[in-house]
Amino acid sequence: MASNGIRDRVAIVGMGCTTFGEHWDRGVDDLLVDASTQALESASATSDGVDAYWLGTMGSGISGLTLSRPLKLDYKPVSRNENYCATGSDAFRNACYAVASGAYDTAMAIGAEKLKDSGYSGLVTASAAHDGTKVPLTGPSMFSLLSPAYAHRYGLDAATMGDVQARIAWKNHYNGARNPRAQFQKEVSIEKIKASPRVSGSLGVYDCSGVSDGAAAAIIVRAEDAYRYTDRPLFVKALSFVAGPASGPMDSGYDYTTFEEVVRSSAEAYRQAGITDPRAELALAEVHDCFTPTELILMEDLGFVERGQAWKDVLAGAFDLDGDLPVNPDGGLKSFGHPIGASGLRMLFECWLQLRGEAPADRRLATVEAGRTLGLTHNLGGQPGACVSFVSIVGSEPAS
Amino acid sequence: MSNIVSAAAYLPSHRLNRKSALAGGRGTRSVAAFDEDSTSMAAEAARSALADLPLSPDQLLFATTSPAYADRTNASVVHAAALLSDECAAYDFVGAVRSTCAALRGALDAAAAGRSSVVVASDIRVGLPGSADESDGGDGSAALVVAPQSDDHLAEVVAVAARTSEIFDRWRPPLEPYSRVWEERFGETAYAPLAAAALQDALGRAGVTAADVDHLIVTGLQARAVRAARAASGVEPSAYADDRSASLGVTGAAHPLLLLTDVLQRAEPGATIVLLVLADGADCFVLRAGNLAGTSHRGPVIADAHDGPSADYLDMLTWRGVLPRATPRRPDPDRPAAPPSLRNSEWKFGFVGSRCLECETRHLPPERICLNCRALDRMAPEPLQSVRGTITTFTVDHLAFSIAPPVLVAVVDLDGGGRFQCELTDADAGSIAVGDRVEFTFRRFYTTADGVHDYFWKARPARAEKG
Repeated sequence: MASNGIRDRVAIVGMGCTTFGEHWDRGVDDLLVDASTQALESASATSDGVDAYWLGTMGSGISGLTLSRPLKLDYKPVSRNENYCATGSDAFRNACYAVASGAYDTAMAIGAEKLKDSGYSGLVTASAAHDGTKVPLTGPSMFSLLSPAYAHRYGLDAATMGDVQARIAWKNHYNGARNPRAQFQKEVSIEKIKASPRVSGSLGVYDCSGVSDGAAAAIIVRAEDAYRYTDRPLFVKALSFVAGPASGPMDSGYDYTTFEEVVRSSAEAYRQAGITDPRAELALAEVHDCFTPTELILMEDLGFVERGQAWKDVLAGAFDLDGDLPVNPDGGLKSFGHPIGASGLRMLFECWLQLRGEAPADRRLATVEAGRTLGLTHNLGGQPGACVSFVSIVGSEPAS
Repeated sequence: MSNIVSAAAYLPSHRLNRKSALAGGRGTRSVAAFDEDSTSMAAEAARSALADLPLSPDQLLFATTSPAYADRTNASVVHAAALLSDECAAYDFVGAVRSTCAALRGALDAAAAGRSSVVVASDIRVGLPGSADESDGGDGSAALVVAPQSDDHLAEVVAVAARTSEIFDRWRPPLEPYSRVWEERFGETAYAPLAAAALQDALGRAGVTAADVDHLIVTGLQARAVRAARAASGVEPSAYADDRSASLGVTGAAHPLLLLTDVLQRAEPGATIVLLVLADGADCFVLRAGNLAGTSHRGPVIADAHDGPSADYLDMLTWRGVLPRATPRRPDPDRPAAPPSLRNSEWKFGFVGSRCLECETRHLPPERICLNCRALDRMAPEPLQSVRGTITTFTVDHLAFSIAPPVLVAVVDLDGGGRFQCELTDADAGSIAVGDRVEFTFRRFYTTADGVHDYFWKARPARAEKG
């Protein structure tokens, strides 16, 4: 019994990503067509050349027909994945395994979500028939529980915790302002962030990710075939996914200052990729900043900094665009937006741009120029104490 | 003989100052919160009356003028929340204030035949904005446990009498939200002979006179008729029981049991108590206080001063459905489904979790595999209604659907183990703190567009621990 990983056995050879935002003029079909077309063009491939598809969407359609119909696929296998906010990453993971297994030569992972047609604020998830005993927690409500717990455990006063959260939102807006695909391409001042209307607990509007429409896609082939498509493929170094026992909300031992699922999935990813010091080895990390305190805690759970210390590094700018480990250089969920099924692939898209030197000049990373070749994506779904967590490591260098 | 062996009231925590109501007036009335209805309040009173009682009632009789559902039994929700045995019958007495007298008499007859009952009455009183019904009414519930003769009891019911007459003093077609009333002077006159006759009849059967009465309770929806009947009773004014109309308002069908509970909380053993109810006739009950009278510590002490929140008049109108208002842009809650509600009835209605037989870990909701030791199917049911807890963390959610936003969410660690992530009610968003003590309360979460009420448990700030 072992988790063996598929290090360097598959590679990404093409990617596409739509702009994220309020696409009143485009439906999910349009977004799927746009992202898949971009990905195919980037790999110089056609849909005939793709053997199998994995579609990630949380609620913008069900079954493989959601993809095969708009793309007019000719009798190809299409699986539809759903895994909360980690949906896109799980589609990618399954597509990678399918290619690594030898079952297919070429696969596409594509994620899409059309959230803005609902007319609701925030995220709405359908539930199975139930007995009416679940507390109707909204996303911001679940994650707002992190903030007082972290502050209490590490002795931060409310004002300092507010500074830390605002600094994360400020950074992600700063990065998003340099990203033509982002939902919010505008810098926002710390003062404005702090003064925004409360949504839940200490979380204001600017502490929350953007509710967004969008799609992103990747073409995956065997590593040995990669250079037939591009001279700069991204090799998959690690794929790790865990679903926790979801006992935090009923376990007095859980203190809302960590995601054990993230600790486990990142440790496994580092093991697969042979990473021992992620802070020094990674060129960038794209993490699941659904709310500002989530990003704070992820810095510790992903092993970038000792427990209880992340807030200091946040305030010191260590994770800024020009910091020693840039986190969410594309603006993250906060400012790029969070169309659920697309988000995990959107994170990979930033790795694709940065590690291949294709990012716009004003957000190109010094870490890449200094020779670092690895990027991490982290994608989370659920709530503190009860979530799924995905971590991938991708790199621009093939197996040595 | 029929004995009352237990009595408890439930008072919602909000009070409306009548000055802030459209009709004005003095004093306050009790107001059920947005998440309460006659059924949820009945459940609260019933479980207080039944807690730790060494008796399993044969029937539950539930009276209300404001049933949550028509065409089905509401008492079965109360039955489930009170964790009564499935052998215990549960019946509604729905319609008028007088239904409470019917339920009580049914319980007395049953006791005479050797069977015990829990009688619960609960009401939410609404009236046209600006009306006396709105201003004078109150919300609340009370429950009595009536049993065959037993050594330890609160009171013995020694005589009953009733008079009936078709007095057209109030009316409401079944689908109308409000009642209309005839002029009060008519009622005052019409009730007087019925009240006098029922009182004299009952006193005579009990073998006592008006001069022997230590506590006279007169109640009904007609304030003038109540005052007149009391004045004509021949009972010393010092024996008049406070009818709580100035502090709580008249809680409709609940009020006879609520006022009787009130008197039983302070009466001396041996005292003679008269309960006279004026509703479409007159019902008179003569009781003799038993050895437990004055010592009962179940539910709130009704005479105590109120220390809960004040209700805003416009909020009250919204909670009662009179004044709809904008809510956050969120979907309406979907309805709870019947099959899982039945499967999970002990959890949903009874707040029964599970406890691992291997490692004692508590689970809310009940689980089959232990979160701590992973043992499979080694669980025992764990009743948790009366367990208290402490707030570990909380949040104030401005986005979630509610007719009374914001939604308060608390993570509660229970005394003796177990954690419950739940909604916090009867609390002010600005005054919650980590470490606050809470207790659990049965509430109506919401009502769906197609009329399904969702009942479940919430936490609320703990009231003083009882001795």
